[in-house]
Amino acid sequence: MAAGCSDRSNNPMMSNMIAIVDYEAGNLTSVARAVAHIGYRCAVTQNIDEIQNADRIIFPGVGAAGAAMESLRRLGLYHALARAFADGKPILGICLGTQVIMGFSEEDQTPCLGLIPGTVRAFKKICDSDGSRLKIPHMGWNSIQARSAHPVLADVRDTDEFYFVHGYYPDPDVDRHILALTEYGIPFASVIGERNLIATQFHPEKSGRPGLKILENFCTWQPC
Amino acid sequence: MATMLSKRIIPCLDVREGKTTKGVRFEDNVDIGDPVEMARFYYEGGADELVFYDITASHEKRGIMIDVVRRVAETIFIPFSVGGGIGSVEDMRQALLAGAEKVSVNSAAVRDPRIISQGARIFGNQCIVLGMDAKKVEKTRKTPSGYEIVIDGGRVYTGLDALKWAQKAQELGAGEICLNSIDADGTQDGYELQLTEMISTRVDIPVIASGGAGVPLHLLQALTQGKADAVLIASMVHLGTYSIAEIKSFLSAGGVKVRSSW
Repeated sequence: MAAGCSDRSNNPMMSNMIAIVDYEAGNLTSVARAVAHIGYRCAVTQNIDEIQNADRIIFPGVGAAGAAMESLRRLGLYHALARAFADGKPILGICLGTQVIMGFSEEDQTPCLGLIPGTVRAFKKICDSDGSRLKIPHMGWNSIQARSAHPVLADVRDTDEFYFVHGYYPDPDVDRHILALTEYGIPFASVIGERNLIATQFHPEKSGRPGLKILENFCTWQPC
Repeated sequence: MATMLSKRIIPCLDVREGKTTKGVRFEDNVDIGDPVEMARFYYEGGADELVFYDITASHEKRGIMIDVVRRVAETIFIPFSVGGGIGSVEDMRQALLAGAEKVSVNSAAVRDPRIISQGARIFGNQCIVLGMDAKKVEKTRKTPSGYEIVIDGGRVYTGLDALKWAQKAQELGAGEICLNSIDADGTQDGYELQLTEMISTRVDIPVIASGGAGVPLHLLQALTQGKADAVLIASMVHLGTYSIAEIKSFLSAGGVKVRSSW
């Protein structure tokens, strides 16, 4: 499915091919549309060769961790992603994609890809400062506080907000893997990363201007 | 620690056969009949989400809406939902594949609640919004909350208690509730705060208050006294009386956290 993807022949980044990994976890056309909108070529694909030949990989997804891991195994994408990470290819995880790159998810008690060690935990009985119970899922616009400079998060302002929809959050074992924090009753890691991998719990493709900026930064990012 | 989650301001657009309806007064550069242009106007103006409500009467012309959804999805990069005429899982699939973030079901869910659980299982809870129209009635054994669910645009009483129905929908897998007061709808006299507060505090999923917004104070009331997570607005922005930015400044001054940069 290539909905929303278009070639912009006058684009200097023509050779920059982005694979949006389709592992049957939700509708991925919105990510493709956003990438096309900012002027980059992309393909929504489950084809291992196409993913291996791509210059960059976006790993999105909505839904449940258990079903997602099952699909990744069945489609043979489990190893393709691990290899792309080892090869130093820029990878962007989004939402469920971000959770699945962790070691283990409490959702369906699922062992995951383990690209970043840590656990995906459920929000439990969290309360606001006035004692009122917070709704789950965490749904809506929230800000992020970057903990260190990262090229993909460049130009994100303190007042910028991003769109979140999730009932679980990543909790990396290693502190330096936490690139940004967000508060929802508790502080949680809303952006995680390691070397050529960066992953957001929010949806940059649904977060207006600042979200598109993050996608654009990713599309030109050269991890060292 | 305090939550930093912003309250959402959600303009609702009625679309009939691919054109937005209701009297709308916009700046000269916006085609007031074109839902895609209006979506762009609100997206650029700071709306946090949009709702499109398909009021196309004839079934044959329903396909037009899917094309609208596709074009909206290419134009705006914030979440939007589609409601009206969603009667089956297949209707949901079409709207979601065309690019909507969420679909909302109303009368169809009352007739057959399984559409909520089926939709949630296939597309995820976050995709399924339960739209409910509630009307104030006498408190009886059947309607202990004092609000009854009405369907088909408020014409048909269902005998369902509003609170029980909201809780049932949550159990079935609805990810959000859009709660419309039939009594307040169209009055511009303010949201039904008692109803909003009752439902918002008795379910775990987010509640969008709908019906009755006329001035920014009404939104402030629904978000504070009514404890709503989001508010639906129509005339007050469609008529150009207020901009989203003005509304947000007012709410912010009133102590409500809103997204102020876009």
